[in-house]
Amino acid sequence: MAAPVSTVGKPSAERLPLNTTSFQKKTRTKLISIPGTRPSVQNGQLLVSTGVTSLDYLLGGGLAVGTVLLVEEDRYDSYSRMILKYFLAEGVVCRHELFVASAQDNPDDILQELPAPILDDVAIHKPVEQPRLSCEPQDSLDAMKIAWRYQNLPKVQSALASSSRFGHYYDVSKTMEPEIRQAAKCHRFYLTEHPTQSPPTHSTMLESYSALLKSLQEVINSEGFDVAAPMSKSRNILRIGLPSLGSALWGDDLSCHDNPRNGHALATFFYGLRAMLRSSLAVAVVTVPSHLIQDRALMGNITRLCDNAIALESFKGSERETNPLYKDYHGLLHVRQVPHLNCLASKLPDHKDLAFKLKRKQFTIEGRSGRSTCCRRSSERGSGGRWASRWADV
Amino acid sequence: MFTELNSILNTTPDSFTQGEFILLSDRQSDASFLIHHFLSLYLRARCKVCFLGLVQSFNHYSAIGQRLGVSLTQAKEKGQLVFLEGLKESLSVLIPQDTETGTRAMDFLRDPAVGLKSLYEFVRSGATSSGVGGREADGGEEWGPPVLLVDDLSVLLSLGVSAGAALDFSHYCRATVCSQLQGNVVMLARSDGRREEEEDGDDEGSERLLRGLTHQCSLTLQVQGLPTGFCRDIHGQKCAGGGDKAMNSTNRRNSFSTKSTTKEPPSLLPGHRALFSSFTFPAFPFGLLSLLHVTTDHHVSISPDNTSWVLSCQK
Repeated sequence: MAAPVSTVGKPSAERLPLNTTSFQKKTRTKLISIPGTRPSVQNGQLLVSTGVTSLDYLLGGGLAVGTVLLVEEDRYDSYSRMILKYFLAEGVVCRHELFVASAQDNPDDILQELPAPILDDVAIHKPVEQPRLSCEPQDSLDAMKIAWRYQNLPKVQSALASSSRFGHYYDVSKTMEPEIRQAAKCHRFYLTEHPTQSPPTHSTMLESYSALLKSLQEVINSEGFDVAAPMSKSRNILRIGLPSLGSALWGDDLSCHDNPRNGHALATFFYGLRAMLRSSLAVAVVTVPSHLIQDRALMGNITRLCDNAIALESFKGSERETNPLYKDYHGLLHVRQVPHLNCLASKLPDHKDLAFKLKRKQFTIEGRSGRSTCCRRSSERGSGGRWASRWADV
Repeated sequence: MFTELNSILNTTPDSFTQGEFILLSDRQSDASFLIHHFLSLYLRARCKVCFLGLVQSFNHYSAIGQRLGVSLTQAKEKGQLVFLEGLKESLSVLIPQDTETGTRAMDFLRDPAVGLKSLYEFVRSGATSSGVGGREADGGEEWGPPVLLVDDLSVLLSLGVSAGAALDFSHYCRATVCSQLQGNVVMLARSDGRREEEEDGDDEGSERLLRGLTHQCSLTLQVQGLPTGFCRDIHGQKCAGGGDKAMNSTNRRNSFSTKSTTKEPPSLLPGHRALFSSFTFPAFPFGLLSLLHVTTDHHVSISPDNTSWVLSCQK
């Protein structure tokens, strides 16, 4: 099951809070305290943020844990790569673990290019940084004259407070500081470094995909992301990023030939990935160069095997770039599929014609009538709770 | 279980036709809510249900089943429900383990060219084994006729199984469950809905499967997107047609619209096609359900205003 709130969060003895009062609020579902996640308003699914607030809104509040987001790449793989980087950067800020597998670029290079978070309350782990308390009365320069009641509060919020927020904003022009990045645990799978075995093939999958699945399962089992694992330690989420899956570098001729020899290898991989994610606290974002795949039926099969699917179409280099109708945007975004997990139907986005724009501090997705799909945020820190009321009426 | 759908199909948990092969299909939308309907219907009718859940986990069906008023876990414990969780079983095949555990039903993943024989064996053992005369001599409950539900058949095509092998599998299931055991079979087959003029080489698999299944089945329920576009409140349209003396239904075109929400089952509101064009947003088509009564009885009647339905007469 894609990690519903109730089954994962079986309260163990140490989770019960120390109540100072006997009055305990009665809650129907037991909330899990994994930073960076929250339950969905629609059906109680555990959601994580993709790093792009407007994309979260499109997907129904966020990406459900245990599901796959398929991003069909734009022609130059610029915006799809950007979405993947947002996703991984969000994982770093929320202290989730990362798994990056690539056949083309070294995963370390991908991780070095993550955008910098904008917030100034993300804790940078320097030992000298300490919250200044009120026991420094001689610090008269900083003494507040008007808001003196707030003098006693610490000036730097702890990291837990910032990562308990859902969805952060990133500055694309800067890369993430190495200190912040190295705080997150990251697993890598680089196909060229992986020894290619030639075992008897156990399925229609290619060796590269089999090796990737096996490596994923090892990480999930060893690090305790399995839902069935005992709740001895605190749980965390594994974010899996797979750029350019299905390209020729994975050994797949799906994007090269009209009638590929192993046309079902990629679909079988997605089936295995779906199976694995349903039973673990993990979420995956996969980008596929669908514009190279000639067989639309195969692409349709793969889309149906993924829970969420969007396709990006950028205007770069096309005649639409100079079209006055599209001058405010960088490309079109098509929502191919939204999931309906544990419920009969899903809430489809209101608009079909969506266009996106990558600004320095925000990746916006708007309906082409001009209305934005979620609240626009000013360039300063915006409150995350404002837009929650937008879709509270489901 | 959706009561309006029951009234259209003239089925109730107490009385339904046996020996039926029902095909659920969709084009560019999602007909899986119908699978949940039939699952809850047959569980309430105290049938022995064999469910091949190939695309979702058990908890997904269980959560929806609870909203519809049936408990899948209880049914499984009592032996009424035999559930194949395809996703879980497939992992042991795709990632070779040292120990061979689990059923052999998903063995076709190893080599799809072999076909679906092992899956059929699972179905046969699931449908024929009954609580009566089983391990418990005194406590075994008697269940009704067996029912096979498959969600969904077209995912097998994406995994490399040929359309011919899938059709063979459905034929074997029909022969065993419908003819021998007088039970019902409900299968879901999804397609992309490509028009037939476009490259027929590409989608040959799923279209061929759909055509073959339509020929084998006795009732087809088709979910389609609205032709005029997506409407927020009304998600789909259902057309019922066809003359069928054996089923005693009237020979008129009934249009129903379906609306699916997360909490409520789809409510069916009678309406007319022309109404929908006034509600459209330029967005995704969602749902349009059509009932094609394709009869397989000797008594075939085609009423003049329904000449578009093809009724095949076969035994």
